[in-house]
Amino acid sequence: MSELHRTPLRDFHAAHGARLVDFAGWEMPVQYRSILEEHKAVRRAAGLFDVSHMGEVDVRGPEAGKFLNYLVTNDVAKLYPGRVLYSPMCYPSGGVVDDLLVTMRGPDDYFVCINAGNVAKDLAWIREQSSPFAVTITDRSDDYALLAVQGPRAAEIVQSLTGAKLGLVQYYHVTEGTVAGIHCLISRTGYTGEDGFELYHAAGDAVALAEAVLAAGAPRGLELAGLGARDSLRLEAGYPLYGHEITQDISPLTAGLGWTVKLHKGADFIGRDALVAEKKNGAVNKVVFFKTGDRRIVRAETPVLGENGTIVGRVLSGTLSPLLNESIGSALVTVAAASEALVVDIRGTKLNLHLVKPPFVELKKAPQ
Amino acid sequence: MSNVPTNLRYAKSHEWLKVEADGTATVGISDYAQSSLGDITYVQLPKVGTVLKAGEVFGVVESVKAASDLYAPVAGTVMAINAALDGAPETLNSAPYEGGWMLKLTLSDPSEATTLLAAAAYEQLLG
Repeated sequence: MSELHRTPLRDFHAAHGARLVDFAGWEMPVQYRSILEEHKAVRRAAGLFDVSHMGEVDVRGPEAGKFLNYLVTNDVAKLYPGRVLYSPMCYPSGGVVDDLLVTMRGPDDYFVCINAGNVAKDLAWIREQSSPFAVTITDRSDDYALLAVQGPRAAEIVQSLTGAKLGLVQYYHVTEGTVAGIHCLISRTGYTGEDGFELYHAAGDAVALAEAVLAAGAPRGLELAGLGARDSLRLEAGYPLYGHEITQDISPLTAGLGWTVKLHKGADFIGRDALVAEKKNGAVNKVVFFKTGDRRIVRAETPVLGENGTIVGRVLSGTLSPLLNESIGSALVTVAAASEALVVDIRGTKLNLHLVKPPFVELKKAPQ
Repeated sequence: MSNVPTNLRYAKSHEWLKVEADGTATVGISDYAQSSLGDITYVQLPKVGTVLKAGEVFGVVESVKAASDLYAPVAGTVMAINAALDGAPETLNSAPYEGGWMLKLTLSDPSEATTLLAAAAYEQLLG
């Protein structure tokens, strides 16, 4: 096995009792104390996540906006400096290469955040697609560390460390400023369904920033939170995870992300023809979210059975919702079966899947 | 470091056995096992009266990470199960040797317990 990548916070995590695991080739904290407790801390107060494994890419040049609007399905032309956009990036087939955040930093200057496990694939894809455009693509993944402060008290905690007026930074917007004296791109975004900030900063400053956020946050109920809680929080919020709800074979329309596919944005984009056809003809499958009323976790790849016991799909993600105290998940099922009674067999026990429109719990996001 | 009480016997599959003076025994999983599993979310135990062979699967313990089978460390008949674990499986994380007990068995052969590892040998197994 090749050596795992380490974020600048690897030793910080170890010193705080983290259980470190291989995640997408990175040695990352899956938990510190307890996944369930860390999850609840984020919903109750705040959590601090190291997500420095994520990739960052600068897209600059006179055609940067035009290129990105061709690259992704959402409408990049709607951005203005300081605005962030979530979007899938598709293959011509309509399948998903990755999902990402595009931040417009200034005219002809965009900043893209991509999934850790997809960095090499995405960069190759982005560079290949960019050749007809007047843009420069720069991989900045090694330069940046990324800390996410998430939860209802996140704003109060970050505000205690910065002179930037966070009250003026709306959801899916960024500002530049110093946090604990460290220069950051302060982004009011996250992957938990809570209000919160993602702080992009120079890799060399990561330990100092993490220490400062932890010191300011701990008296306010902030806890260190690992990737285990990050996954259960995102699933409870109903957010997709690449490789589960969206893949090369599951389009954003199938995944229920139609709001991110702007077929009529007035510009062609990769995958548009396939997505237009999918919309017109109707998809074969759809992603649904379910709860079970039982504590047994319905794990990914579990077959989903329809009314007469035939297999109509498979589970994509499953966990125990720490707030609902029952197992929740997502599944890919045939559109025809999605209106039927759906069942899974867990070690001989049949559990009914009760379909839910996420989020599974009430969320209090940032001021819009 | 895992807590390995010296008054218990251990199976290589990380269950513990406590033999009582009356020839019955209590079964649970070790501190190492609960710690490796992480947050325990569900425990499935057999019905009272179930006759178990040594090494037979008697239930399942499930954590956020994975589901694992539980193995009877010795042969016996289930006299009691810890029904409280159904509503509070996290007790297995906080008190694996006390509140987290799983079964009380009438042993088929009380001397069978000596085939299990003593605390020192189990600690060696954990490395």
